[in-house]
Amino acid sequence: MPRITFVQSDASATTVEASAGVSAMEAARSHNVRGIKAECGGECCCSTCHCYVDPAWVERLPPKGENEANLVEFAWEPRPTSRLACQIRVTEALDGLVLHVPARQL
Amino acid sequence: MKRRDRTASTTIVIVGAGQAGVRAAFALREHGFDGRVILIGNEGQAPYQRPPLSKAFLAGHLSVDRLYLHLPQAFAAHAIELKLHTDVEAIDRASAQLRLRGGGRLGYDKLLLATGCRPRELQCPGARSPGVHYLRTLQDAMRLRESLTRGRRVAIVGGGYIGLEVAAVAASQGAVVTVVEAERVLLSRVTTPIVGEFFAAAHRRHDVRVICDARATAFLGDERLHEVATDTGAIRADLAIVGVGALPNEELARAAGLRCDDGIVVDAHCRTSDPAIFAAGDCASAVDELSGRRVRHESVQNAIDQATAAARNLAGEATRYAAVPWFWSNQYEYKLQIAGTFVGHDEVVERGNRAAGSFALLYRRRGALIGVDAVNMPREYMAARRELAHALAARADARPVHAGVAQAQAA
Repeated sequence: MPRITFVQSDASATTVEASAGVSAMEAARSHNVRGIKAECGGECCCSTCHCYVDPAWVERLPPKGENEANLVEFAWEPRPTSRLACQIRVTEALDGLVLHVPARQL
Repeated sequence: MKRRDRTASTTIVIVGAGQAGVRAAFALREHGFDGRVILIGNEGQAPYQRPPLSKAFLAGHLSVDRLYLHLPQAFAAHAIELKLHTDVEAIDRASAQLRLRGGGRLGYDKLLLATGCRPRELQCPGARSPGVHYLRTLQDAMRLRESLTRGRRVAIVGGGYIGLEVAAVAASQGAVVTVVEAERVLLSRVTTPIVGEFFAAAHRRHDVRVICDARATAFLGDERLHEVATDTGAIRADLAIVGVGALPNEELARAAGLRCDDGIVVDAHCRTSDPAIFAAGDCASAVDELSGRRVRHESVQNAIDQATAAARNLAGEATRYAAVPWFWSNQYEYKLQIAGTFVGHDEVVERGNRAAGSFALLYRRRGALIGVDAVNMPREYMAARRELAHALAARADARPVHAGVAQAQAA
């Protein structure tokens, strides 16, 4: 199963296994990774599963759609590497993905 | 905010393992509570999220395992004792114990009631016959999912969120759908007529028959449903879904003498009329900071945010719960996003293009933004939500420091 590492703002990290086909948000939620709120449950309706994609992985993700791009603008402290974890579909090709969890979610 | 007490020998019991109960359990650990946390649920499944039950799960796009909130090991890893299949019969405040069905007793030092709500049931003839579905639990959704097939004649009683989301799923699957709504317009309890009419038109474009100003009076059929009678005519149907609102599960609280008023009444610290007992989520009634009115929210956002605030107070922080309420509904290709309230508005500003299916209504009262309803206009919606959050923060800043002001939104 592909593994995803979530790095917190205090540099602590958790690596979780995710079934291919679920979103990075679901992987975080299942394992109760701190800091990914996912208030709308992954329906691209809020910005609380906001994360920063590690520079090594930014180019390897499919680009964001318009909806996600709109919502990410309104996340807490968005950066060019910002994504919504619920819009990142886990695949074997993303094994080893590193996502940085913001210090806050709105 | 410093914790007032070292808590290793304290037991906190949470009644209700839905969104609010689960969030509270984990929030207790996040905020340094190191005593016993016991989370009691009366369903048999592991805690799960409800919104997909009337959306993607009902449509067959999501498997059951993707509904669960956390893996079982996540509970154990945080020393959260999860007791499923457990009914609480009574709260014995004098001895600070819960009486469980089956005779067991469970003592508590502090209690959090997160008992949620249940569908309001119609009382007319046939309302409890097979073929008449309510939708709240995973079991309900699984039964309904099985029943919804192409060509079924489906009657939906109630033009609120549940009814309309189910109508959209059923229509998309080829069922012949009729929506019966008692009020003049759909979604009348939660939004303004412009939005209600927009969705009526959207459903009609999908061949859903929408009948307003009509009340179901009986569900007819001997062994199988074949008709829903209304006060304006009969509707042939072999499957009916009723979504006419929800009642808070406040019976335990009421019987224990706690103050209830369409929900368990709590203050800004999520405390009930008993200082050792708190409540949060769909079952709780609190004064909404933005509007100043006492309300009971039925939303994931309130469940999460209020439960977090309750947990912080349980862990010894004197945090006031204050949040911008928000909600969403998916019907066909439309995403309705709501924040704040429309109640008491004296001005509406419309943006976007209703005919193109992307618009927002901004509600103002004495010049100040109080709410937004947006359809497929996420930027406008989020900008309005941000403005509402700033307004809330400004009011919080204006409150005296000793009240221990903090927004319950920090991660």
